[in-house]
Amino acid sequence: MHKLAAPYASLRRGLIALCAAALCGAFPARADDLQDASKFLKAGQHQQALERVNRVLKTKPRDPQARFLKGIIVTEQGNTKEAIDIFTRLTQDYPELPEPYNNLAVIYASQGQYEKARAALEQSIRTHPSYATAYENLGDVYAKLASQAYDKALQLDSSNSGAKNKLSLVRELVREPTVVAAAKESPKPKEPAKPPVTVAEKAPAKPAADPNADVLKAVNGWAEAWSRKDADAYLSYYAKDFKTPGGEARPAWEKTRRERIAAPKSIEVGVESPKVTLRGDNQASVTFRQNYRSDKLKSSSNKTLELVRADGRWQIQEEKAGK
Amino acid sequence: MTRVLFFLLALAFAAATGAATLTPENRLSGVFESIEANRLDEALKRVDALIRDYPNFRLAHLVRGDLLLARARPLQTFGNVVKTVPQDRIEGLREEALARLRAMRSRPSEDRLPRYVLQLHSEQKHVLLVDSRRSRLYVFGNDQGRPRLVADFYVSLGKNGIEKTREGDQKTPIGVYHVTGNLPRSKLTDFYGAGAFPINYPNEWDLRRGRNGHGIWLHGVPSDLYSRPPRASDGCIVLANPDLESVGRYVQVGTTPVIIADEIEWSDAASVEAERRSLSAALEQWRADWQSRDTERYLGHYSARFGSGGQDYAAWAAHKRAVNAAKSWIKVGLSRVAMFRYPREGDFVVVTFEQNYRSDTLSNAMRKRQYWIKEEGRWRILYEGAG
Repeated sequence: MHKLAAPYASLRRGLIALCAAALCGAFPARADDLQDASKFLKAGQHQQALERVNRVLKTKPRDPQARFLKGIIVTEQGNTKEAIDIFTRLTQDYPELPEPYNNLAVIYASQGQYEKARAALEQSIRTHPSYATAYENLGDVYAKLASQAYDKALQLDSSNSGAKNKLSLVRELVREPTVVAAAKESPKPKEPAKPPVTVAEKAPAKPAADPNADVLKAVNGWAEAWSRKDADAYLSYYAKDFKTPGGEARPAWEKTRRERIAAPKSIEVGVESPKVTLRGDNQASVTFRQNYRSDKLKSSSNKTLELVRADGRWQIQEEKAGK
Repeated sequence: MTRVLFFLLALAFAAATGAATLTPENRLSGVFESIEANRLDEALKRVDALIRDYPNFRLAHLVRGDLLLARARPLQTFGNVVKTVPQDRIEGLREEALARLRAMRSRPSEDRLPRYVLQLHSEQKHVLLVDSRRSRLYVFGNDQGRPRLVADFYVSLGKNGIEKTREGDQKTPIGVYHVTGNLPRSKLTDFYGAGAFPINYPNEWDLRRGRNGHGIWLHGVPSDLYSRPPRASDGCIVLANPDLESVGRYVQVGTTPVIIADEIEWSDAASVEAERRSLSAALEQWRADWQSRDTERYLGHYSARFGSGGQDYAAWAAHKRAVNAAKSWIKVGLSRVAMFRYPREGDFVVVTFEQNYRSDTLSNAMRKRQYWIKEEGRWRILYEGAG
């Protein structure tokens, strides 16, 4: 949980440079333009940055990187209406990306629309439970909402209770865990459907009594159910007391997961280099690299699952991004 | 504790079935229930809904502020406002929260009666009791002369507390009063909200003790407020507008008693009944002795400290001796007798009745008020006048 050095004062966070390097290999021309756009933006030359981005968008109008960058450029130009439009559409097209939600929230907050900012940030965290920027921003938004509530409680005039606060825009779409959005309009030749890389295939079968193997079996089963887009089977791997991200109600979380699983045409989830740590007979954590690929998105990230054994089954109690 | 839980369960059930409409106070209590159960998301949802319905409920905003702030950082206190703000405003809301929760969670037990209400007369449908320590107004219905609790409401009283003695002291009087008027919203400024019911402060007992001031009312709150802190008025009894409207449905102008106490004394039915009988007997003896024209026996019911409209005991006795001597017969009938103990005064009871007086020379019917006190174990009249 983050702590504010100066409550209610400065909510500005350090900005992070745009990094489109991950895209260089795949789309050299586009990447060049985007890199230039990024440089111009850093130099404060918004018009030039916008021209470069628009050039990319002319040929690839749905490109998430370019759209995201354009969103930042127009935000800095003060064109909040267009910025809101760009980021909103990004959240619709790529609901699994937390950054557009975060930036929408930042813009709403700058307008004093803290309830909207809150909703967007909560969505961002729902998408990526470990997204630190969104957490920090959300903390600030909660504090601001609290302040407004206190003003109402004490009959104070909210309008003069301090300048509108600025939260931090996220300037990069590519971050750790790496998320590379595959542009929809240029589908790569479909790779032959590779079965997810699972440990079960790598590791020789061990006797069922081996608790490590049991844990891995559960993790692989979970990944396979996800890959089959079998939401019922997927959800059955979660323990009754599963800690939903952000503490939301279980039914709401399940609904979101079902939607996310249903949305792409295909999903592949691979579990790479899993490491099992047992704690006693009934608790384990598994850290691995999660390789996710759908027709819309490809991502690779570190993940840790906390599992508990109940009724002879290992089930997920908590899901954390990172190691 | 079991009682509290049961009560909350009952509330939850009422909410689930929609069988009863929850008051904002019930709902606020539900928010605290969620907080105590560490269901903070549910608490926030509940308080959001409450504020949606009652946007001027400031205490609800304070609780919401805490619930939101708790998501950003640990709270230090209830009403964790970090800015420099008038502390008395926060303190007022904290006190309101305490008063409301305390009232919600410790309900008067069904088998306890307010010691002040010895007898209601048949036309008095309700009596209002104000417990100033609890910031609560209780409405008791007249169940064949016995009080039965029908509703209760949070109230705000004088900034400087209770026992008003003089004009401008911003205190709420303590005593036995009654509603003397009904001022509708249309005749008042917005400050008084849904309306006002003046009471008869200062009464005879106040005047006799040199107390002054005027304009003590039960009234509502301005339209931009839902309620005010427990100690907020200039002496009036202030209710949320919906609550004032509810109270208005119980009030009969000129008839409904308003008893204001530090803290309501509760008693069991048998003790209240014993006291009522003892005073009834004294009253009946007074009537019989008057009728008998044995003036000395009759005067024996009056205290040496008696006073009425400038007459002291000696003047009163002389007058009565002269009047009674001239009569060849007297008949006195009493009806619609009501009796209320006076808060803070020990054995001191306000008795009102219809007096039907007939004699060979004069007949009249009037409403009378007497103050009875216990002296050396005997009930005696301290004051007598038109009621």
